[in-house]
Amino acid sequence: MAEYLIKNGFVFDPVLGIKGDAADIAIKDGKIVETTALSSPKVIDATGKTVMAGGVDVHSHVAGPKVNVGRNFRPEDKLFGYKARSGIERMQGGFSVPTTIRTGYNYARMGYTTVMEAAMPPLYARHTHEEMRDTPILDQGAYPVFGNNWFVLEYLKNHEIENTAAYIAWLLKATKGYAVKVVNPGGTEAWAWGLNCENVHDPVPYFDITPAQIIKGLIEANEYLGLPHSMHMHANNLGNPGNYTTTLDSFKLSEGIKPNSKFGRDQVMHHTHVQFHSYGGDSWANVESKAKEIMAYVNSHDNLTIDMGQVTLDETTTMTADGPFEHHLTELNHLKWANVDVELETGSGVVPYVYSPGIKVCAIQWAIGLELALLANDPMRVFMTTDHPNAGPFIRYPRIMKWLMSQEARDQQFDAFKHKDKVIDATNLAGIDRELSLYEIAQMTRAGPAKALGLAHMYGGLAPGLEADVAIYDFNPNEPCAPDAIETAFGNAEHLFKAGVQVIRDHEIASNGNKRTLWVNAKVNENPQVMRDVKEKFLRYYTVTFNNYEVTGHYLPNPYVIEVDATQ
Amino acid sequence: METVTLTIKNQPGLYLEADTITPDAFAGKKAEEIAGLPVYVGRDEHKLGEFFEISGKAGATAAETKIVVKGDLSRVKYIGMKMTAGEIVVDGNADMYVGAWMQGGKITVNGNVDAFAGTGMKGGELIIKGNAGNYLGAAYRGDWRGMSGGKITVAGNAGSDLGTFMTGGEIVVGGDVDVHVATHAEGGKIVIKGNAKSRLGGQMVEGEIYVFGNIDVMMPGFAYREDVDIEVDGTKGRFALYEGDLGERHRKRKGQTIYAKLYQQIRA
Repeated sequence: MAEYLIKNGFVFDPVLGIKGDAADIAIKDGKIVETTALSSPKVIDATGKTVMAGGVDVHSHVAGPKVNVGRNFRPEDKLFGYKARSGIERMQGGFSVPTTIRTGYNYARMGYTTVMEAAMPPLYARHTHEEMRDTPILDQGAYPVFGNNWFVLEYLKNHEIENTAAYIAWLLKATKGYAVKVVNPGGTEAWAWGLNCENVHDPVPYFDITPAQIIKGLIEANEYLGLPHSMHMHANNLGNPGNYTTTLDSFKLSEGIKPNSKFGRDQVMHHTHVQFHSYGGDSWANVESKAKEIMAYVNSHDNLTIDMGQVTLDETTTMTADGPFEHHLTELNHLKWANVDVELETGSGVVPYVYSPGIKVCAIQWAIGLELALLANDPMRVFMTTDHPNAGPFIRYPRIMKWLMSQEARDQQFDAFKHKDKVIDATNLAGIDRELSLYEIAQMTRAGPAKALGLAHMYGGLAPGLEADVAIYDFNPNEPCAPDAIETAFGNAEHLFKAGVQVIRDHEIASNGNKRTLWVNAKVNENPQVMRDVKEKFLRYYTVTFNNYEVTGHYLPNPYVIEVDATQ
Repeated sequence: METVTLTIKNQPGLYLEADTITPDAFAGKKAEEIAGLPVYVGRDEHKLGEFFEISGKAGATAAETKIVVKGDLSRVKYIGMKMTAGEIVVDGNADMYVGAWMQGGKITVNGNVDAFAGTGMKGGELIIKGNAGNYLGAAYRGDWRGMSGGKITVAGNAGSDLGTFMTGGEIVVGGDVDVHVATHAEGGKIVIKGNAKSRLGGQMVEGEIYVFGNIDVMMPGFAYREDVDIEVDGTKGRFALYEGDLGERHRKRKGQTIYAKLYQQIRA
């Protein structure tokens, strides 16, 4: 493989602790190496430019059946947005629910190289893998959803952690999944009965278990297995005024549990899109930010990581396994609604949404997301996301960087709001003058998420031995610039390397890369009871047979297996 | 006002997607420059001049530009798409999406148009001397934002799904219409001077439909209220007023629920 030497760029790397000093980065055989290890490298002059590791997205909905429902029922999302094939680039389409091809290219253009699909319904894992297979450049993994799964509900009702862990290990292998995802625990199952679980003690109909039992049990099972990532949580009561107490109650369920993982993470719970879970007030008329209360808890508890779920003020497509929430949303905005029930496992809903700067609540949501990041004491535990496409399309990450790095940019946005004064009254953001540095941005978008995923041995930094995922941006951090220059530069990487392959050259896609799919193979002691339960459920309830369920080899043409040994 | 005349000389093998035939795209250009504007056949890009003989020149702005398109245009789509000002005269039949998303100016078609004419129209005037196809003044597939302004006049008949998701503006049809009128509409006015078939105002929230002729089947969600004497598009008469769609959500104004209104002329 070609060797590269990226010379003299301003490097921002939390792994090496480099905060914008000029340094050389060497690439050989797909890895970062010491510069002395190169013999005759191609030299890229990065003088006056910014160099970072490839971005890592911990939570994004980019592949699978509910993304495709979004594509299918929103032809207007593709209107006038097509780009014809040209050179190595394949045809691209779509805005908030782009084609797989555009997804890969647009992440790459922002300098991102690893993206996790945040909710995979196990029954439709094959579809999810087919879409990931067709997404170029990016390394990807997918989180199967467990929080409303009948096996989990039955085992955890009796606090059977070992059985739950054995089932998780089996399902991760069957679906080629990466982590344990929980969405509205118990609530989506309750939705199949026309109900919901609005707090952690609200019982699930028929199963007679509470969300608190599900959450705590899944954290314990996750640590029993010692998986690379922690339990990945979307709590109950998303998107409702006053829900921050439910969020804090959910956080507290992780207290006293220590991480048991050889993969270097410190958290036992990752809570996603916290913006949607940080609302005070008791109605949309008096909804207000509780980001201070939420961040006070996060800042003082090391075994927790979160991501933002930043509202970007765009027209987008919401999609979640939180079925009851999507029904709530369509009742609010009267736009079209799709709802799916996935047999014994989960459900989902899809509704378009317009986050308008003219609507007070949308502007408050925008402020809350930024507050979470700006009130973070440790940027290694608070990650940038938009919960793509729920709070906005991922292509807005550079715009979020602009808002986080520039108070001037935030002030400009405040001035563009119709209800500016009311928004300022209901939030804390106007009183925050913090401007994040590129080093802190690198923590929130590279080193932090890589560590939380248990992938710090591969991604998130530029230390020798790591994957050669390197982004070079046409941005001089030492010169004054208008806020918009941040957005322009970081949305349009000048060069990008993925595992040592140059996938962007002079701002153009130069290669479709060698995309890998990551999954976790957790070995557990033989558990005849769980395997009997699985086979019985397939015989009695599933619409597919046991033998047609597993995702097999050809769905993952380039798999990367992370082995975990939990036999004892 | 300057005039550009386009005469079709080569018919496309498939269909020609010519959203560049607008006063906005032509403004400030000479005939040779206009001939170089891009058009599509399938996925292949071509030049307007490959299909049309072009004479005259455009005005400095869209408002000062008139376009006359001649010949058989039944395989040419998107004439006048998104135009903001100026004038287009189509001398013949045109294919789909004539005047789609237009914001201003005037289009006159001396023939028939196929489906989706005036899709998502925001302003201006679209006059069709012949018949219109389905989805006249409707929303684009999947979209909830249909015609919101301007006026469409059809001398002949219109097809099905007229004014779907309409929120404003006016459509006048001289002849008959097919099924589905103003489905999901939240505003606007539709006048049908001939007969209608069925499913008028399904899931309609607000807006008005006037029918001078027969309605084969009235939606069960519309209730008769009273007879009223009104003048509609120059015709005075007595109309039966129905309100609906009773199964839909409706806003209130001063304590009164606002329904969509359907008027049918009472003939002796």
